[in-house]
Amino acid sequence: MSIRGKAAIVGFYETPTRKEFPDRTTYGLMAEVARGVIIDSGLRKEDIDGLIGQENLNSIELAEALGMQPRFTSSMTVHGASGAASIATAAEAIAAGVANYVLCIFGESRPRSSSRLTSQVQAGPQLPRPSRTTEWEVPYGPVIAMNGWYGLMKQRHMFEYGTTQEQFAKAVVDQRFNATKNINAVWYDQPVTIDDVLNSRFTNDPLHLLESVMPCSGAHAVIVTSAERAKALPNPPVYVLGVGGPATHHDIIYTDADMTTTPVVDSAPTALQMAEVNIRDIQLAQFYDCYTILEMACLEDAGIVPKGEIGPFYESTDTTYKGAFPINTDGGQIGAGQSGGTGGGFRHIVEATRQIMGRGDERQVEEADLCLVNG
Amino acid sequence: MTTTEYTKPLPRPAEPELTEPFWEGTKRGELLIPRCSFCDEFFWYPREACPSCLQPGWEWTAVSGRARLHTYTIVYQPANPAFNDDVPYAFAVIQLDEGVRMMSNVVQCPVEDLAINMPLEVVFDSVTDDWTLVKFKPA
Repeated sequence: MSIRGKAAIVGFYETPTRKEFPDRTTYGLMAEVARGVIIDSGLRKEDIDGLIGQENLNSIELAEALGMQPRFTSSMTVHGASGAASIATAAEAIAAGVANYVLCIFGESRPRSSSRLTSQVQAGPQLPRPSRTTEWEVPYGPVIAMNGWYGLMKQRHMFEYGTTQEQFAKAVVDQRFNATKNINAVWYDQPVTIDDVLNSRFTNDPLHLLESVMPCSGAHAVIVTSAERAKALPNPPVYVLGVGGPATHHDIIYTDADMTTTPVVDSAPTALQMAEVNIRDIQLAQFYDCYTILEMACLEDAGIVPKGEIGPFYESTDTTYKGAFPINTDGGQIGAGQSGGTGGGFRHIVEATRQIMGRGDERQVEEADLCLVNG
Repeated sequence: MTTTEYTKPLPRPAEPELTEPFWEGTKRGELLIPRCSFCDEFFWYPREACPSCLQPGWEWTAVSGRARLHTYTIVYQPANPAFNDDVPYAFAVIQLDEGVRMMSNVVQCPVEDLAINMPLEVVFDSVTDDWTLVKFKPA
């Protein structure tokens, strides 16, 4: 049995993504996008009987805060893949008849001057719980946020395939251009050049600051329902044709796997096979982009280009919304900001929905019927 | 007498009983790696059951200390400010000749001389009386 085409996204809503909303709480942002997406979908709040949220918010508490009594709730715990995985889970629940209208909702209002980046590993009065990390990594001086791990991956990709700093920078330039057409983006109206990226400081060589996401505040939501119910609603349905998502490792360094290859080598073929779609038919892509290297390696592993050729691809291809193969048309997380921590990858679902519904306004991709989203 | 206090974070084991032999070994200048008694696989990091066959029996096995630099990143902005005086330094994935990969630093090597696949050998850095860290230098 396949869930191909059995569920559809019928509406979306998002707040702007900003460094902070000083007077707003996380639940406040969540309430705003919940209300917004229910209206956008042509539904009533009472219709919502499924709720999927992010890993750092208990989904039952979230339901209570939103005054909902869903029959089905879940919190996604697969880090950056959570946003995309929420749609797979929603589609599965709907195909199984467990829920009829599932609200997928991600977001966060970060405290002012949040020190979350360093608090995970900092010595001091509030030590993190002892873990594998505190024993085997912290004594050797990891980098801020996740920058160290992706710097290690990027170094290896440059070594194996000769990928250049300019090629990585081009991905940033294209996405920051897309963000200039997204008024909700944190970097709206602030395009960058290749030189800007190359001249931004190394948090850790070979990773530049401008290749990294900025943790932000904001919230995003969509509603998923059955293909049958979707036909009665105002927006053109965005059908979920295929999903795939293996868990191969948490930290690839502790496996013997190739450090430049991602689980997308399995998840993309699984999703495409279910969808009965060839990778060549994909018209645009929204790919999780905490750092350039992850997005680029995942695009290779999905088969957009052969392994190792993503650098030359970016160099020779306009990947903006008006280009030959548009990627992260809202700016992605690198251009628009990462709200809700790893739940920030949910913006890729929202943008795919917007594009397929033809509601991209200035940044609408001309042919946007088949989009591949990766978390 | 001048002693400089070590201000960087020391290892904080989640399961101290499980990994105590490793840290006792480093004080003696021995690098001990878990090796499964059933399937003979080395594995890293230490955990109760072998990740290959899920059997609980394994032994701390002394290894050569020879390794290759699998990949590295040169740190300018450490997560922990205690490392600020050390920048730039190498935060690295080390692949032991026995196959497993671990995180460490490459020391006694200017960062501009670092190269993927360069041969390395273990060095034991006694940072306090109680803790000896495992690091690597060019072989």
